[in-house]
Amino acid sequence: MLDQIRDLYQEVVFDHNRNPRNFRVMEDANRKIEGFNPLCGDRITLYAKVIDGLIEDVSFQGSGCAISTASASLMTEIVKGQTEQEAEQLFELFHRITTGKNGDEVNLEALGKLAVLAGVRAYPARVKCATLAWHSLQSALKNDGETVSTE
Amino acid sequence: MSQPQPRFDLTKIRADFPILSQTINRHPLVYLDNAASTQKPKPVIDAIRKVYEEDYSNVHRGVHTLSQRCTDLFESAREKVQTFLNAKHGHEIIFVRGTTEAINLVAQTYGRKNVGPGDEILITAMEHHSNIVPWQMLCEAAGAVLKVAPISGTGELLLDGFAALLSERTRLVSVTHMSNALGTINPVEQIIAMAHARGIPVLLDGAQSAPHMTVDVQALDCDFYAFSGHKLYGPSGIGVLYGKESLLKAMPAWQGGGDMIRRVTFEKTEYNELPYKFEAGTPNIADTIALGAAIDYVNAIGVDAIAEHEHHLLAYATERALQIPELTLIGTAPHKGAILSFTLDHIHPHDIGTLLDQLGIAIRAGHHCAMPVMDFFEVPATARASFGLYNTCEEVDVLMDGIRQVIKMFG
Ligand SMILES: Cc1ncc(COP(=O)(O)O)c(C=O)c1O
Repeated sequence: MLDQIRDLYQEVVFDHNRNPRNFRVMEDANRKIEGFNPLCGDRITLYAKVIDGLIEDVSFQGSGCAISTASASLMTEIVKGQTEQEAEQLFELFHRITTGKNGDEVNLEALGKLAVLAGVRAYPARVKCATLAWHSLQSALKNDGETVSTE
Repeated sequence: MSQPQPRFDLTKIRADFPILSQTINRHPLVYLDNAASTQKPKPVIDAIRKVYEEDYSNVHRGVHTLSQRCTDLFESAREKVQTFLNAKHGHEIIFVRGTTEAINLVAQTYGRKNVGPGDEILITAMEHHSNIVPWQMLCEAAGAVLKVAPISGTGELLLDGFAALLSERTRLVSVTHMSNALGTINPVEQIIAMAHARGIPVLLDGAQSAPHMTVDVQALDCDFYAFSGHKLYGPSGIGVLYGKESLLKAMPAWQGGGDMIRRVTFEKTEYNELPYKFEAGTPNIADTIALGAAIDYVNAIGVDAIAEHEHHLLAYATERALQIPELTLIGTAPHKGAILSFTLDHIHPHDIGTLLDQLGIAIRAGHHCAMPVMDFFEVPATARASFGLYNTCEEVDVLMDGIRQVIKMFG
């Protein structure tokens, strides 16, 4: 019945939704940003410690759907230890894949662990859930310190 | 619980709605998003086609046959709305785009004229954004204050709190007749009596009430009443503002243009009489005529019979929902329309919406354009099933089974 949607709601997604990684307030963060998805009311607070262009630590807090929570959780795992530039490039790829047309060529391998979320492209109404954390990270890295919204 | 049969032939009714007989994601469509918008029966769709194929012309302008015919059809839709609301005069019915535009019209004409610095507009904590934002805009422009009457944990208006906020500075009370996020039906008779005791006019947001209960604006004695055609099985892009003649006459015009004038020179313009004063430009002709067809359709079934059927659906759905331990109902007023807003433990409404859609079930997940209501109940969003005249108890069963599957999937 609900099996068809396992392409999006994979075990990994449920796992990260149930036990989000890096789900904490970061006291010594030097970047902090509030993300907001006005469509569903999801809120995320993203913390990062960026030193010399290196993302030394990243964490988040907030409430959201399984897709946005899992996406944020996966993101923090992946970008920790990356340079700002690497994170930026990964987001670009992720964004392209999640918003792309279904027929587009996708290089899932380059996405690594993030590939589990690629299925969201078949559910356009939910793409913003998957990208909220990334938009927030992007703003945090730019350090423009405002609330970001997915609109 | 036994399932009482509606006073109309549900199978026949469902056959009137072509869109309902399709499958979504390989399941029969179960359409439970009626509070957002309803589907259209064949007579409404046919009315639109007939206008364009046989009767179409601009209205109120030509002397030729089609213009006359189309004007007659257009004006007869106004009469249908007048009868539907039991308004005293046809010219108290103003055609607008929908509830949102109706409220903005009142805010920008009645409001601009009568609301000044320090004055107050009183709404409630359960309003749709379209009955909040126009007043915020007015208050900002006029230096006035927006007051918000409190609600209870069941989602009912606290009448004492409401009474306490009525003051000699209150210029208008604007409340929803029925909440789209909670289903609550407000005690508008009392609200109107309390406001009128102080000489304050009352606007009712009827977006949700018009499709689900008999509305008599004279018996209610409301001063303004707004509704949208698309929630009443009619087309989108057409709605109604009812206003008492005396108030409408005293209000300044809103948009300027053709139709709303009597005489124009470059020095001065004389405005047209009601209702045309508020209907500038070529109106939404075909959809207005089709709104008339929607009202005919609803009347043929009977608004009371529809209300009774929806009440049974709500009672049945509520009973079944309460058997699901992980489910919390948001909005449990005793006096409610057929709206079931709920949350599930540890499952976000967006996930519920996407997963139910996989089973062909269309519900709404989100804040329902009522973010302050979500804040009050401390939820980011709710899932909402809302029923219409064509829904069945079997569809309620499908919904409840779907909810159980979602819970199981999330483990
Ligand atoms: C209570 C209420 N008021 C106002 C509106 C706005 O109606 P519309 O979008 O048709 O202008 C709606 C519908 O969304 C509603 O449910």
